[in-house]
Amino acid sequence: MKQDSDILLALLMNFALCSLMAVGGANSVVPEMHRQAVDVHLWISDRKFSELFAIAQAAPGPNVVFVTLLGHYIAGVPGALVTTFAMCAPTCTIAYLVARVFDRFKDATWRIVIQAGLVPVTIGLIAASALIVARAADRDAATFLITIASFALAYWTRITPLAALAAAAGLGLIGII
Amino acid sequence: MPEPAAPVPSPPVPHPPLPPGRHVPTPRELFLGFAKIAVCGFGGVLAWSRRVIVQERGWMSPEEFNEQLALCQVLPGPNIVNFSVMFGSRAAGLAGSLAALFGLLGPPVILMILAGILYRRYGELPELRGVLSGLAAAAAGLLIATSLQMIRAMVKNRLTAGHIVAVVTFGAAGILRMPLLWVMAVVIPISIAFAWWERR
Repeated sequence: MKQDSDILLALLMNFALCSLMAVGGANSVVPEMHRQAVDVHLWISDRKFSELFAIAQAAPGPNVVFVTLLGHYIAGVPGALVTTFAMCAPTCTIAYLVARVFDRFKDATWRIVIQAGLVPVTIGLIAASALIVARAADRDAATFLITIASFALAYWTRITPLAALAAAAGLGLIGII
Repeated sequence: MPEPAAPVPSPPVPHPPLPPGRHVPTPRELFLGFAKIAVCGFGGVLAWSRRVIVQERGWMSPEEFNEQLALCQVLPGPNIVNFSVMFGSRAAGLAGSLAALFGLLGPPVILMILAGILYRRYGELPELRGVLSGLAAAAAGLLIATSLQMIRAMVKNRLTAGHIVAVVTFGAAGILRMPLLWVMAVVIPISIAFAWWERR
């Protein structure tokens, strides 16, 4: 039991920190979650991390529920609730407090400047997330080709990204991957 | 709806009240609205939140939606989650925030726990190996597309300090795998300073 509560506490601390570092959205902290869960704490393998990420992408709901799935894998239902709470509570509190003064600084220069400054950081982090997930997922020629095809579909067409996920899952089901 | 149609005694809460003349959603309506966004929002919920909040329910004008979203993007954390809390608060105070938040997170969290149970039980079945590998490879491709779309939106005209910041952040977090806290402590102040400089 001691060990269980240790893991939950570690999850709480880690994901609360991730919450506060998630500039531009939850996917920005995928590199940090991966570093903590795969490299530092050895809670999950690289391959499983990428598979859970994909399942969360394929499901409805905000991206952030990837942490629910990850928390569940690491520590069951309590883990899922702890990671979800930790990932949302700090920033929700800020959002709640800020909502009261919303109108005061929607046109403020500092807000516009901070936002402009965060954009390149977000881009770097999303690209890092992409690299990390791709490195874990692309283990052979078939998976590599799937990644390229899904990229091409999402980048150059207006077809829903779900089509890429569904097609890839279908190819896997019939044994091509 | 059992709502009284006559002038509703305005609750004391709405912090900066929503603009007059528009229907102010109750906590119950907030819960249901955000739950719908969560359940319908495959592959990112932004498009569905706009659709439900602006078009379907008329809770916000398109401009208000964009303004509030921009503000949420300055805050850390999941954007749309922050959005739900902020909008819920403006409409109905703390109860509104909680209703919107639980509507948005409740259904997907339950779904993810079910998915987690199935994954732990059946994830290593040979029949599912290919499906999960395929999904992961496709999800990687989608993320690459998202990053390139963001890069393309930023590149526009000329090379700026922002490009260097993006590359440094990518290298530090993605290749060198440095702790994100250190990376951000260095990169964010520099990036904001550059943004300030360029705006002057």
